[in-house]
Amino acid sequence: MPKQSSEAVIEIRGLYKSFDENHVLRGVDLDLYKGENLVVLGRSGTGKSVLIKILVGLLTQDEGTIKIFGKSTAGLSLKELNALRLRIGFSFQASALYDSMTVRENLEFPLVRNVKNLTRKEIDMRVEDLLDSVGLSKTINQMPSELSGGQKKRIGIARTLILNPEIMLYDEPTAGLDPITCIDINNLINEVQQRYQTTSIVITHDLTCAKQTGDRMAVLIEGKFKAVGGFEEVFHNAEDQNIQSFYDYNFIN
Amino acid sequence: MINLTNDKKPVLSKKIDKFFLGLYNAFSFVKRFFKEVWFPPYEFREIMRQCYEIGYRSLPLISLTGFIIGVVFTNQSRPSLAEFGATSWLPALISIAIVRAMGPLVTALIAAGKVGSSIGAEIASMKVTEQIDAMEVSAINPFKYLVITRVLATTLMIPVLVMYTDFVALMGAFVNVNQNELVSLSTFFVQVFEAISFLDIFSSIIKSFVFGFTIGIVGCYKGYTSNKGTEGVGQAANSSVVMSMFLIFIEELLALQIVNAIRYA
Repeated sequence: MPKQSSEAVIEIRGLYKSFDENHVLRGVDLDLYKGENLVVLGRSGTGKSVLIKILVGLLTQDEGTIKIFGKSTAGLSLKELNALRLRIGFSFQASALYDSMTVRENLEFPLVRNVKNLTRKEIDMRVEDLLDSVGLSKTINQMPSELSGGQKKRIGIARTLILNPEIMLYDEPTAGLDPITCIDINNLINEVQQRYQTTSIVITHDLTCAKQTGDRMAVLIEGKFKAVGGFEEVFHNAEDQNIQSFYDYNFIN
Repeated sequence: MINLTNDKKPVLSKKIDKFFLGLYNAFSFVKRFFKEVWFPPYEFREIMRQCYEIGYRSLPLISLTGFIIGVVFTNQSRPSLAEFGATSWLPALISIAIVRAMGPLVTALIAAGKVGSSIGAEIASMKVTEQIDAMEVSAINPFKYLVITRVLATTLMIPVLVMYTDFVALMGAFVNVNQNELVSLSTFFVQVFEAISFLDIFSSIIKSFVFGFTIGIVGCYKGYTSNKGTEGVGQAANSSVVMSMFLIFIEELLALQIVNAIRYA
């Protein structure tokens, strides 16, 4: 795994978010260091996805500050927010491929709208190169409805990579996949980190995925990070009952 | 977009608050359309694709319906005119009815059912499957790509469809008149154009633009603001049709008042 630096690319302090009376995030503090894969673990409904959606401006926090690349996200104009979004890739839980477009068009769509003056040849090369890197060159003219769940995930990741993001956010990358495809996706996440030098946050409740992809783990329980550190550090000496039961459930079941 | 929250006390009652908030959100949506439509990027390719989907793909249904309306309306009108020995007025009567009201109204209602529901369902399902979020995080404005293109396409295509429906309905009327009164095509259309005025055609086209805009904006609004997951997709499609039809009838009534005021001024 690439060596991580001590330079924090994302700094989160005192983040709160509620939906009506459901207090999802209750004072989240977190640093994401350049080059690392940080896995955010937690049970369903604990606000893992909410956290990364706040990072890309799909949701807004009620309280707290976020600095990305050293710049506060508070009060950003739409233009500034979009400039920031281009540096962050977001891989959705259900892939979110555009139904009405082929795989090629799905990959081209963000590229042609954000990078001006590209020739047809350059666009084709970029698309084909990325599809090749996720091992799905043959699907280039297929529609999303013709792809399997694992293929959709890979195409979704390829689509986020087309804009050369510096940070990758993976929302439940292995959810709903069989164990072998999960391993493929985990390997792909590690390959992306090495090949494209990305810094990543992986949201999951799958400890196998966490162990395979994460440099550090952060366990979100009741709206706060209860433990942050290496896998062994977090799980093998866990004093918190919730963390222990989370570990037991994953590996015993 | 403002939503009601459970932790705040309603100002009047929850239902009334919801109604006014819905109204405010709808107006904000329309305002956003007029604010963003003038500025690039202009998604010409998507507009053309939508025009094809909305216009060309509706032709078979519109053709059949228009023709049947022409035939049936002529047949139903004949006995009343025959009582006064005035069946020779049939082309004039039918052309006025079709061009002034039936053509635009029937086309708009069919389009509301076919196009409005599909726009509502498509955008709502894109929302449910996070495709709209995927555009946002790729720094693409989904409102421009999804809403503006579809609203422009319906606004442009409904008048074209209305003119086509008028023609097909008149052809249906001609077939019926020709069979019963032995009127030739040229005589039929001479009588038709003698009966209808420039104001009839002009008001019909202007009205059709408004109907087209209504169908597009309502479908997009219902899809864009849908929630409740897959259940919301069905609701968006259903409410797009109901709301579009309701507004089309109100607009028809207003248009009638305005045109009559101009005609008899």
